[in-house]
Amino acid sequence: MQAVLLIDFGSTFTKLTAVDLEERRILAAAQSFTTVESDVMQGFNCALEILQEQLGGVEFIKRLACSSAAGGLRMVASGLVPSLTAKAAKLAAFGAGAKVIKTFSYELTDEDIDVIDDIAPDIFLLTGGTDGGNVKVIQHNAGLIATAKKPFPIVIAGNRSAAKVCHEVIASDIHPTYITENVMPELNRLNIAPAQAVIREIFLDRIVSAKGLSHEKALIEGIIMPTPASVLAALSLLSKGTEKTEGIGEIMCADLGGATTDVYSIAKGYPLNPSVMLSGLREPFEKRSVEGDIGMRYSAKGIVDAQGLEEIINISGLSKEEAENYLSEISKDKSRLPSDNKTKAMDFALAALAIRTALIRHAGELERIYTPSGAVYKQQGKDLTGIDKIILTGGALVHSDNPQAILDIAISNIEESSLVPRNPKAIVDRGYILSAMGLLSTYDEESAINIMKQYIGGHVDRTGQ
Amino acid sequence: MEKKTIVIGVIGADVHAVGIQILYYAFSEAGFNVVNLGVMVSQEEYIEAAIESNAEAIVVSSLYGHGELDCQGFREKCEEAGLEGILLYVGGNIVVGKQPFEDVEKRFKAMGFDRVFGPGTAPETTIDALKEDLLGIK
Repeated sequence: MQAVLLIDFGSTFTKLTAVDLEERRILAAAQSFTTVESDVMQGFNCALEILQEQLGGVEFIKRLACSSAAGGLRMVASGLVPSLTAKAAKLAAFGAGAKVIKTFSYELTDEDIDVIDDIAPDIFLLTGGTDGGNVKVIQHNAGLIATAKKPFPIVIAGNRSAAKVCHEVIASDIHPTYITENVMPELNRLNIAPAQAVIREIFLDRIVSAKGLSHEKALIEGIIMPTPASVLAALSLLSKGTEKTEGIGEIMCADLGGATTDVYSIAKGYPLNPSVMLSGLREPFEKRSVEGDIGMRYSAKGIVDAQGLEEIINISGLSKEEAENYLSEISKDKSRLPSDNKTKAMDFALAALAIRTALIRHAGELERIYTPSGAVYKQQGKDLTGIDKIILTGGALVHSDNPQAILDIAISNIEESSLVPRNPKAIVDRGYILSAMGLLSTYDEESAINIMKQYIGGHVDRTGQ
Repeated sequence: MEKKTIVIGVIGADVHAVGIQILYYAFSEAGFNVVNLGVMVSQEEYIEAAIESNAEAIVVSSLYGHGELDCQGFREKCEEAGLEGILLYVGGNIVVGKQPFEDVEKRFKAMGFDRVFGPGTAPETTIDALKEDLLGIK
């Protein structure tokens, strides 16, 4: 046996997954509450004990960890034009597994710096201008961000002509500064991998230890990435495959949480019809988006705001009063679980509408323009209509009796112009193994993809609290 | 000498894709740094591209006769977005039917375009104008 231990320090649970590389199978999985306030190792040790009870004491040849504990990787970004470099900066940060608390466009103000100090981000991403383009705004913003009082590292990924000047203005003891390639070197061309590599490096070097997650270095060989980056790596591998193992093709994934909803697409998203013009920023093949206002408990109100109470009533079949009561109950008690058919119907409706909102925001849009010679179409973002598989994860989806029904409702009643999948099959990651397999992919790709192909859509017992 | 950046594209719902490629080639060969937005470009897209790329001129093409509608308010939007004084050119079949060019030119100049080019203008004519306006070369 060649046992590897994969650890996910989540915001609520620390999840452990033990795999055997020889037989390419999951040996056991366990979880325990994350204990970030005291010492994360407490929760970890507790989960490890549960795991070893099942395993009967196995020696691990490797331990790999990812983390979204202590708020995850919290970032603030700034760019020039909202739909161009500011969007590129946001896509870069999301793809690196960050939680983007705020994105600024154009010139920062003193008030903005106060807001940034209040947020106290883990990393600030400074962008703006294509290479050889605008230098004024990024230089202005560098001057202001240098006045921030809270300490945080700053990544400069804007117009290369301004990089050196910005670095000179900012670099200080409280703001260690890193220069990397422009996130948008030419108009509408995204170049986010270099910025993401630097973000990951900073995450490893500084943030993990700052969040008290690097104790017992001998036990865990470092936390190698933020959890969402690990999920993205797993999805990418599952989609593309390896030299020896075929991938499953273009896929999407929706992770529905209590506070946020993440959507991933591993797909080109080019127009399917040759008469459609692609316009605007070319989005990445591996795209992650995060809806901070859409979630089952902390952000249930955001679902109501986005889709309307009427739609929740239609889907759940409850009366207006019953629906409002439940919404007020869950806003008071975030750990409230559905207890009867009516509350189950409410959670069903909330889950479907959360996914609907998040899918619409992630997918591209088709604009129909009438001309003297008939209608023509312009596409912004990715065309995902042809995606036939969506992996679902997150409590409300994993514990649902009928996740396919949730997905079917989610993709119904959507404007024709929204390029969301038209007929996707729901595949459920019941064992939460995606993040574990993303970690494993950095060590043994073949095992990771084979385990995913066996277990995703199937059942993994995860014991613990 | 530093390369001057210009933004080009076909405005509105116009899908004439060949001419803009020829202009892209001709302007690039003439020594300009050209940001080509292709076809079906909105006023906002020209402006955003000019901001990010620090362009000094926007060259608008229109070949389907609706240029006059598509170009309305362009100068005002540029000013609103902080592109005061940016050079604005327009050219092609920019109006419906056959109208005296002097009238057409007058109307587009009143809209704030610095130069207006009629149907059949050779790329060299526009290149000469750009060199004169941006580099002071006559």
